[in-house]
Amino acid sequence: MKRRNFLRSSLGAGLAAGAFMSFGSYEKAFAGKRLPSGADYDLIAVMGGEPAAMFDMGIQAMGGMGSFVKKGQKVLVKPNIGWDVVPEKGGNTNPALIKRIIEHCYRAGAKEVYVFDNTCDNWIKCYKNSGIEQTVKDAGAKIVPANSESYYQEVTIPNGKKLTKTKVHELVLESDVFINVPVLKHHSSAMMTGALKNMMGVVWDRGYWHRNNLNQCIADYALYSKKPQLNVMDAYNVMMRNGPRGVSVADLSNMKSLMISTDWVAIDAAGAKMMGKEPSSIEHIALAAGMGIGKMDLTTMNIHRMKM
Amino acid sequence: MRSSALKHIRTVFAVLVLLLFAFLFIDFRGLLGEKAFGPILYLQFVPSFIKFVITGVAASTGFIVVLALTALTGRTYCSFLCPLGILQDSISRVGGLVKRRFRKYGYKKPYTILRYFILVVTAAILAIGGVYVLSILDPYSIFGRFMTYFAQPVVLFLNNLLASVLGKFDVYTIYHVDIKPYELAVYIVPAAFLLLVGILSFRYGRLYCNTVCPVGTLLGLLSKVSLFRIRFDEDKCTRCGRCAMACKSSCIDFLNKSVDLSRCVNCFNCIDSCKENGMSYGLVRLKKPAMHDGGTDPSRRSFIAGSLVLLAGGSQLVRAQGTPPTPTKDSTVKEDRLYPVSPPGSVGIESFTSRCTACTLCVNACPTNVLQPSVNEYGFAGIMQPRMDFHSGFCNFDCNRCTDVCPTGAIMPLMIEAKKLTQIGKAVFIKENCIVHTEKTACGACSEHCPTKACHMVPYEGSLLIPEVRDEICVGCGACEYACPTRPFRAIFVDGNPLHEAAIKPESEELEAVPSEFPF
Repeated sequence: MKRRNFLRSSLGAGLAAGAFMSFGSYEKAFAGKRLPSGADYDLIAVMGGEPAAMFDMGIQAMGGMGSFVKKGQKVLVKPNIGWDVVPEKGGNTNPALIKRIIEHCYRAGAKEVYVFDNTCDNWIKCYKNSGIEQTVKDAGAKIVPANSESYYQEVTIPNGKKLTKTKVHELVLESDVFINVPVLKHHSSAMMTGALKNMMGVVWDRGYWHRNNLNQCIADYALYSKKPQLNVMDAYNVMMRNGPRGVSVADLSNMKSLMISTDWVAIDAAGAKMMGKEPSSIEHIALAAGMGIGKMDLTTMNIHRMKM
Repeated sequence: MRSSALKHIRTVFAVLVLLLFAFLFIDFRGLLGEKAFGPILYLQFVPSFIKFVITGVAASTGFIVVLALTALTGRTYCSFLCPLGILQDSISRVGGLVKRRFRKYGYKKPYTILRYFILVVTAAILAIGGVYVLSILDPYSIFGRFMTYFAQPVVLFLNNLLASVLGKFDVYTIYHVDIKPYELAVYIVPAAFLLLVGILSFRYGRLYCNTVCPVGTLLGLLSKVSLFRIRFDEDKCTRCGRCAMACKSSCIDFLNKSVDLSRCVNCFNCIDSCKENGMSYGLVRLKKPAMHDGGTDPSRRSFIAGSLVLLAGGSQLVRAQGTPPTPTKDSTVKEDRLYPVSPPGSVGIESFTSRCTACTLCVNACPTNVLQPSVNEYGFAGIMQPRMDFHSGFCNFDCNRCTDVCPTGAIMPLMIEAKKLTQIGKAVFIKENCIVHTEKTACGACSEHCPTKACHMVPYEGSLLIPEVRDEICVGCGACEYACPTRPFRAIFVDGNPLHEAAIKPESEELEAVPSEFPF
C-alpha cells in the first residue's frame, strides 16, 4: 500500500468515524462530502453497534458505496436466507443490515437492486420468516425467486480443480455490481460459513459440490469471473455451534460485529478468527488462499478496526 | 315454488362451490389460510363421517347436517355442495353444447341392484377393514384427485408461461413452480375415474351419481322420504315430456307423472323447462299415495341395513386408533426401510391408512412437496394415500399445515410445538455409502439440514468429520435424507415409526464469553 493512499484513507475513515460520532446521526454522516474513493484497507472491522449503524461507519471508511456502485447500475445483494428461522435465531443475514445496504446502493445511484438466495428450507418460508422479503420490499428493492432451475444458466469456471462448470442464477450474470452479504456461522460441513461458502446459494446444484470434494468446490467457485465487488460479513449474532441452521438461541454469541472487504478470503479469515479458529484450519479458506484467490494471513493485512 | 329462479340460484351457487373447491386443490402458492379449510370442508359427507367416527360428535357434525338437509329437501347436496357432482353438470353442459341442440335425457330405469350392491360392499369393507373402497369412491376425494393429478399441472404450466414472460420485465410476483409428476402407478385410479365420470356425465348426465356413487345412493334412500320434493301439478301437466328431456338424472317418468326421488338431485331444470308451470318444488302432500303405503319398501330396508353397516364400519375405525401394528421384522435391518413414514399428526401408519381417503388435499397444501401419493409403500390397498417421500422434499420443522387441512382426521391437528417433538421416524446412517467414508472428503449435508442436530458430526479420519445420529432427538423430518448427495442409494434415510413416538428436546449448554476485542 502506498503511504499516500494510506494516509488519505486513514484520514478519510477517521473523518467519517468522527463525523459519525459527533453528529450521532447516520443521515448527517451520509450527507457529508463523499470521501476520496479507494480506501485501500484489506479489511474493515466494526464492533459494538447495531448492524445498520456499523455498516454506515464501515462503508464510509471504504470510501462510501459510491466507490462500488455507479449511477444507473444494476446491483445484486446476496444475503444468506438459507433457513426458515426468525432473525433472532441468527440463521440468516440480519434484515436490518440488508435494508441499509440497499439504501446505500440507491443513494449511490443504483438503477435497481435485487436480492435472492437459493434456500435450503422452503424458499417462501425462508424469505418470509427471515424478515428479509419485507425489508427488501420496504427498501424499494426486488426480492427475486431462485427456486427453479429455469432461473439458472450454465457457466464455466476456468482452472477449477473439481468444479469446472456450474449453473448460476441469471441475476449473477445480469447485474453490474455484486455485493456478497454472508452471515458468519458455524457450519457442520464446511466448518464455517462466510463469504466463500455463501456462493452455494447462487448455484443450482449444491449436491454436486457435496459429492465432489465440498471444500475444493467452494474454493474453485471463487475462480469464476463474476466475483463480488464487495463482501459484508454480518457477525452481529454469531452461531458458534449447531450451524448452519442452529438449534436454539443458546448457540449464538452476541459479537455485535461487522466486517467489510473486497477480498473474500481475507474476510473469511477474519470470520474464522472471530469464531476462535485459525483460518488455515478451515479447509476451503486455506485452499482458496493457496490458489491465490485472496489473502489469509491477517498479520500482514491493513486492517481498520473501529468500535462504536 | 315454480319459479325458474330456483335453477338459476342453484347454478350460481354451484359454480361458486366448484371454483372454491378447484382453488382449494390447485392453490400451489398456499394463499388460503389454514383456518379456511375447516369451514369449507365441513359439509363434505365422507370426510365428515370419517372424522365424526374418529373424534366424536363435537368435532365434525357436517354429515349429520347433510343427512338432515337431505331428509328435509332431498338430494340438494348433490347439486349444490358436491364438487364432483357440479363438475359433472359442467361436463354435461359441454356435452349438450357439442350436440348443438338441447340435451335430451329422457326417463330411464335405475340400476337398482348395482347401486345398492356398491353401497353395501363399500359399507361392508368399511366395517371389516377400513376406508379402502370408500376412498376410491368418495366423490369429494375423486374430485380432489382430478384437480391434483390433472388440473394443477395445467395451471402450473400456464403459471410458468406467465412467469417467464413477466420475468423478462423484472416482475417476480408470479414465480416459476416446477411441475413434478408423481409415480406413474398412482395415476391409474384417477385416470380410470376421469374416463368413467367424464364419459358418463358427457352423455348421460348424472348416471354416475345414481349408479356408482355410494353417497348418492345413501342420500337417495333418505330423499325418498324428504319433506320437500319435486312434484307434478296434475291439472297443469300436458304430458309434453319436456321435463323428462331436461332431467340430468333421467328420473322423471312423465307418462306416469312421477319422479324417482332417490335419483332426483334437485337441479330444478325440470321446473325451468315446463312451459305450463306444471312442475314445482315444495312440501310433500300427505294425500299423495306415493311411498308411504306402509308396505315393505326394499330400499328402506337397504337404507337401514346400510346405515347399520356404516356404523359398524365406524366402530372399526375407532378400534384402529389404539392398536399398534406389530413389527414384522427385527428392527436391526440396516438398509431397507422397514416402514413408510406417515405424516405428523397421523399418530401411526395403521390409524392413518384406515382413515385417509387419498383426497390429496395435504399433498397440495404441503409447502415442501414431501407428501407424495404412495404406490405400494402402505400395501396395495393404500395406493394414493400420501406418505413422506424424502426424495422429493423434507418436512419443514416449523410447519404443521397438513395437520390443519385434513378433513377426515387421518392427520389430526398438531400444535407446532407438539409437532416439533413428534417423531415420525428415525434417521438411519449407512456409513458404507457416505462420501466422507468413500471419498475421504468433507460433506455433512445431512447434519447441515438437521433442525435438531440429531444428525451431528463426530471426528473421523484426520480432520474429517462423519455423521452420527442421536435417535432420541431425531424427529424423522427427512432433511438429512433429502440433502444426502449420494446416489443411487443415500447414506442416510428415515425409517418410519409404525406408531409415532415422542422426541426429546435437544439440550443446549452455555457458550463461552462473548469477545470484546477483535481477535486479529
